[in-house]
Amino acid sequence: MPDEITLSVYRGDKSGGQEVEYKVPIQTGMVVLDALHFIQAHDAPDLAVRWNCKAAHCGSCSAEINGSPKLLCKTRVDDYVGEVIHIRPMHSFPVIKDLVTDVSWNYEKLRQVPAFQPAIKAPFTLQQRDVDRIQEFRNCIECFLCQNICHVLRDHDAKDRYWGPRLMIRIAELEMHPLDTGDRLDLLKGAAGVGMCNITKCCTVVCPQGIDITDNGIIPLKERVADVYWDPLGGLVRKLHK
Amino acid sequence: MAQTAESLQPTKRKSHALPYWVEPTFTVVALGLFGLYTLWLVFFQSSGQFHNYLSPFFSPTESWGIKVLPAIWVLWSPLLFRATCYYYRKEIYRGFFHDPVSCAVPESRKYYFGETRFPFSWTNLHRWFWYVAVIVLVFLWIDAVQAFIFNGHFGIGLGSIIMLINVGLLTAYTFSCHAFRHLIGGGSQKFSCSDGRPTTRYKWWNRVSAWNEHHGTYAWISMFFVWFTDVYIRLLMNGVIHDVRFF
Ligand code: SF4
Ligand code: SF4
Ligand code: FES
Ligand code: FES
Repeated sequence: MPDEITLSVYRGDKSGGQEVEYKVPIQTGMVVLDALHFIQAHDAPDLAVRWNCKAAHCGSCSAEINGSPKLLCKTRVDDYVGEVIHIRPMHSFPVIKDLVTDVSWNYEKLRQVPAFQPAIKAPFTLQQRDVDRIQEFRNCIECFLCQNICHVLRDHDAKDRYWGPRLMIRIAELEMHPLDTGDRLDLLKGAAGVGMCNITKCCTVVCPQGIDITDNGIIPLKERVADVYWDPLGGLVRKLHK
Repeated sequence: MAQTAESLQPTKRKSHALPYWVEPTFTVVALGLFGLYTLWLVFFQSSGQFHNYLSPFFSPTESWGIKVLPAIWVLWSPLLFRATCYYYRKEIYRGFFHDPVSCAVPESRKYYFGETRFPFSWTNLHRWFWYVAVIVLVFLWIDAVQAFIFNGHFGIGLGSIIMLINVGLLTAYTFSCHAFRHLIGGGSQKFSCSDGRPTTRYKWWNRVSAWNEHHGTYAWISMFFVWFTDVYIRLLMNGVIHDVRFF
């Protein structure tokens, strides 16, 4: 293994910027975030990078490494031996400075999702099998890598028509809760725009938590929308069943 | 919206990873050739029967007085079933529409409405084509059984085995469907009875979920096998090859 590696890091702000190269000595087990910390300590103290846990848990350090959305703290430097590591901020969100982007839009949308409306007052007991499904979604660390890669937001900037995969699994988590009485299907079909997703699965590919966003979250939501808007027969059966 | 940073095209990560365009190209070539073959059947072939072997493209033969080209009578439903399948939709949007061609590869077209408008909104009708597909499947199972009956006696030929594998793969494809996974149990909010035991729907949903993980594999294999079955029977019909009879 060579002694040092070259990092080409985006430096700039909302008015624009470009990549700047830095040389960093490689250490065993080093992740890209470590390399950026080395740069901060030795070459560029003003390099902006957001991080908190350095353990793939807080979801703060999302960026693009050689064109692929990744967590800086979960990506090993030795995966890139023999290459220059290009590090850029997430493409789908506005740059604040260097690698830090403004992801507040996601939080705004999260606030617009009607909260959990339990059928009975807490505390209540649930069977594990009833919550297995939604616990998968609760593993989300809100890194927004899925929002970043989703072509609806990334290429078409259709934030006014689609809230993105992170928001879809937030809605799925509530809709599939065994005690929830809320109805978010109109929202889903309307403002949240589940129909904009064409199930091409890039969100699932990048999720560092391994959440099966498309198969377990978005497709079941599309089917729930189809229950109400595309299946009068099924609707009738359900009414009679009630 | 404020300025976002330019992004790079993703580079190939692991040395064994294929370039991004391999998968969409495979989709276009495979589905394109399958489409052309199907068109050839529709317009130039009027039957697909060799003794007790019936090509899946021509089953059922009974048309209850409805007059259309034989292959069209049978083909509209599996074709619409596959065209609206969640798995094929992914492959089609990537391969044919480049929406996106691969993850993080920039799109050239600016106009996009996803599945919110006709014709793509009609993919929401997938479950209806699933219902029809199940009916077709019943006929294919009858054909598969008949492939083991030679002049009123039980027998096994290579064709019988091919037809059995074919219908088995189609069954796996049909019952690993996302819409079926939803209908059988995924749509319910509660998976436990009041005594704490799992509901029947839960057990089914669990089982179908396991099959569903392989849905894409079943989609391809079953498509190629349907194709192969038809080619095999057609070669028999034209005397190019002879069936192997095991007994
Ligand atoms: S599957 Fe849907 S939500 Fe996920 S990246 Fe693709 S279009 Fe976006
Ligand atoms: S779903 Fe996965 S990729 Fe999306 S925000 Fe949550 S953890 Fe990140
Ligand atoms: S620093 Fe917390 S996820 Fe990377
Ligand atoms: S999702 Fe593929 S057949 Fe239904």
